[in-house]
Amino acid sequence: MSKKETPIYLDYASTTPIDDRVAKKMLEYMTTDGMYGNPASRSHSFGWDADDAVSQSRQHVADLINADPREIVWTSGATESDNLAIKGAAHFYKKKGKHVITIKTEHKAVLDACRQLEREGFEVTYMEPMPNGLINIEKLESEIRDDTVLISIMHVNNEIGVIQDIEAIGELARSKKIIFHVDAAQSAGKVEIDLQKMKVDLMSFSAHKIYGPKGIGALYVRRKPRVRLEAQIHGGGHERGLRSGTLPTHQIVGMGEAFRIAKEEMESDYDKVSQLRNRLWNGLKDIEEVYLNGDFENRYPGIMNISFNYVEGESLIMATKDIAVSSGSACTSASLEPSFVLRAIGRSDELAHSSLRMSIGRFTTEDEIDTTIETVSKAVEKLRALSPLWEMYKDGIDMSKIEWAAH
Amino acid sequence: MAYGKKVLDHYENPRNVGTLDKNDKSVGTGMVGAPACGDVMKLQIKVNDEGVIEDAKFKTYGCGSAIASSSLLTEWVRGKTVEQAQEIKNSEIAEELALPPVKIHCSVLAEDAIKAAVNDYYEKNVKKEEIA
Repeated sequence: MSKKETPIYLDYASTTPIDDRVAKKMLEYMTTDGMYGNPASRSHSFGWDADDAVSQSRQHVADLINADPREIVWTSGATESDNLAIKGAAHFYKKKGKHVITIKTEHKAVLDACRQLEREGFEVTYMEPMPNGLINIEKLESEIRDDTVLISIMHVNNEIGVIQDIEAIGELARSKKIIFHVDAAQSAGKVEIDLQKMKVDLMSFSAHKIYGPKGIGALYVRRKPRVRLEAQIHGGGHERGLRSGTLPTHQIVGMGEAFRIAKEEMESDYDKVSQLRNRLWNGLKDIEEVYLNGDFENRYPGIMNISFNYVEGESLIMATKDIAVSSGSACTSASLEPSFVLRAIGRSDELAHSSLRMSIGRFTTEDEIDTTIETVSKAVEKLRALSPLWEMYKDGIDMSKIEWAAH
Repeated sequence: MAYGKKVLDHYENPRNVGTLDKNDKSVGTGMVGAPACGDVMKLQIKVNDEGVIEDAKFKTYGCGSAIASSSLLTEWVRGKTVEQAQEIKNSEIAEELALPPVKIHCSVLAEDAIKAAVNDYYEKNVKKEEIA
């Protein structure tokens, strides 16, 4: 374990490196020999060039999701998109009703925006997903009330990778005339999104999850039937008044290029990621007491969340320090709470404490997967030799019958 | 989370990992913590006729700091009398390992573990005397 060696990056769900092609394109919009103008400047070619680049990028983003470029609003990232969608729609339609439905496994940007709505007097239903992480559509239908104005459900889950049936939920929402928002930060460019087929009204995107730069994202706002929002950031009236602020041309160009490449390479990326995922899972699944979290079929293969029973997650990450992974649990921070997503799908505290999220991407190699299998297997073996719970399991002791002194 | 040198050393080369026969009357076993909280520590001591701890073993499910705290503890209690072992304070463990504030609970758990092991040892031996 030489310290100079770069660790293996298996954390693509948290962020991705910028694709070289994207970085190269971005550089053309920054310096004196590039097109650094303000796209809002109407009086000179610097502005026009920048505006052209923004328009083209808007087209690239729209193309990936089969939408109209006029339906794309630039934001600073998926968090801002989620906030604009949820608070913006709830505020605009509040006279129609003050009830919002979401699920407990959403990203914090959605959950926290909903909490804010609650403070403002809205009522929010946080649904439990089924144990496979998916939402039960009939149960969702039963939660809809006369005053429900918004449903927010993510496409691909960031912790466990499961894919919700957005088409079916969209049909339901449209039939009840409820605004439907989807956080697609983890799915764009990875699984197909066709907004002519999916009855989605608002969809959040991020660039840095698909080899674009951090700090830029977009919100899709449907034109037909038209969806209205109340702006959350006020100023010069950019983006049709929905999001003021000078457009960051180089960031937008980066996002546009990343989305253009994603459309071209989605199939080959997907095949590659699937193959590597299979290799990884086949290398780990025969370890005793290993659990895959989330549905095996309905999932994006790039995100794997695995619990190694009787091994604590933080020590596992410590033992695999040459691999950049994340503990599904929040234990790496000061909080000792296990992953709220794993708890929401009904995993026990022990399994939630024992999880690793490994996410694979465009630049992952077979060698890296093989090293990962070897490192993780060894670490699990080492930590189980240290684990009193493993010893009890091996002795056939039923741990659920023990009265633990919770602290 | 950045770990201190001593934590890493104990984590990478844990001392005295293992299990003693918990039915042996000279062995005291302490198991503290809960799987739901992400920490379970099992500490065992073997006490000789003079009341001196001649062997100590541990197994810990938990983060690196929890593993290091229990590993260090087994080193410290060896050669001590049970009375002396009971005097070990969590603050001494935390200081030796330079635990950050969020990891102090690991040293608290270690202190609880030695107390529990000593209590178990006392209970067993009092019972034995009563029967005799």
